[in-house]
Amino acid sequence: MPPMTSSPYFSLAILFFGALGFGLAPLGLAWLWAHTFAPPKPNAIKNAIYECGLESKGDAWVQFRSGYYLYAIIFLIFDVETVFLLPFAVAFTGLTAGACLAMLVFVLLLVEGLAWAWAKGVLTWQ
Amino acid sequence: MGLGERSFDVAVDPELKIELGKQGIFVTTIQELYNWGRKSSVWPMQFGLACCAIEMIATTMARYDLARFGAEVFRPSPRQADLMIVSGTVTKKMAPQVVRLYNQMAEPRYVIAMGACAISGGPFKQGYNVLKGIDRYIPVDVHIPGCPPRPEALLQAFMTLQKKIDEQSLTGENRPRYLNVDAPGEFPVPEQGEHDLVPASNPNVWTVPVVIR
Ligand code: SF4
Repeated sequence: MPPMTSSPYFSLAILFFGALGFGLAPLGLAWLWAHTFAPPKPNAIKNAIYECGLESKGDAWVQFRSGYYLYAIIFLIFDVETVFLLPFAVAFTGLTAGACLAMLVFVLLLVEGLAWAWAKGVLTWQ
Repeated sequence: MGLGERSFDVAVDPELKIELGKQGIFVTTIQELYNWGRKSSVWPMQFGLACCAIEMIATTMARYDLARFGAEVFRPSPRQADLMIVSGTVTKKMAPQVVRLYNQMAEPRYVIAMGACAISGGPFKQGYNVLKGIDRYIPVDVHIPGCPPRPEALLQAFMTLQKKIDEQSLTGENRPRYLNVDAPGEFPVPEQGEHDLVPASNPNVWTVPVVIR
């Protein structure tokens, strides 16, 4: 068996351990320094999550009203659709039948959503 | 570099150090390196309370250029800051927030009380709603008088603070609070009482002055 040093990966292994040491040594030194000189002094205020000076009130897991999903759908229909319709119109004459069909399915999906929202009365301003 | 037991501050005889320096040999101690590193990159916390803050902002701008002292990085979070510049009027409504922010800063942390308001209540001292000096609740390292102090005064305070950091020892009896295991790390946050903040001051950092007439 040839000696390990003649392996083509030997220099790579050395580099790997060098890189590892390069990353770990400062971390180790910092840990050692903190351990030797700087005593940790945690307390409830310091460990608090919010850090703008005010105490946090209530729960961060607040629930939004599910009614807002309607806005999301309407937004999709009117905004995202426009983004796709414009390039569709520009490239229309050069499109293959398959591409046209795919696009029509996409539009149909959104139109369904519109019809549904319309039927639900979302579009009427109160 | 002699690292004798608990003798970081006297590791090198000062005269020998100067003598060696003349020969082109520079000796240092871990403590000196450490203090040099800390004093050269103090990160102030980004918050201003009143008119003095405008002068603080001016100090960081090109004309006065706080960056010369390595302190241009104003951090918007107390976790990343080690200097609190209390620049302006501390109202009694604001005081608990200031103390809480101070508590949330990482050690070692320093405080510069900037302006008449921050050190004593300033023009509003006789009022009912202004704290008569932030040093009633947190330990202040440098006080700057003035209403407002000019940017040069803040720079002077900064250099004073750097000098102070430079003289701190890592070990021994007079090492700073944050290196002492037994010293407290938490400074109680006052609460709004019926007529005043409760408690009205922190007896560990401030003693009520006795008026002699
Ligand atoms: S000391 Fe003067 S300039 Fe500074 S915050 Fe108070 S009133 Fe304003």
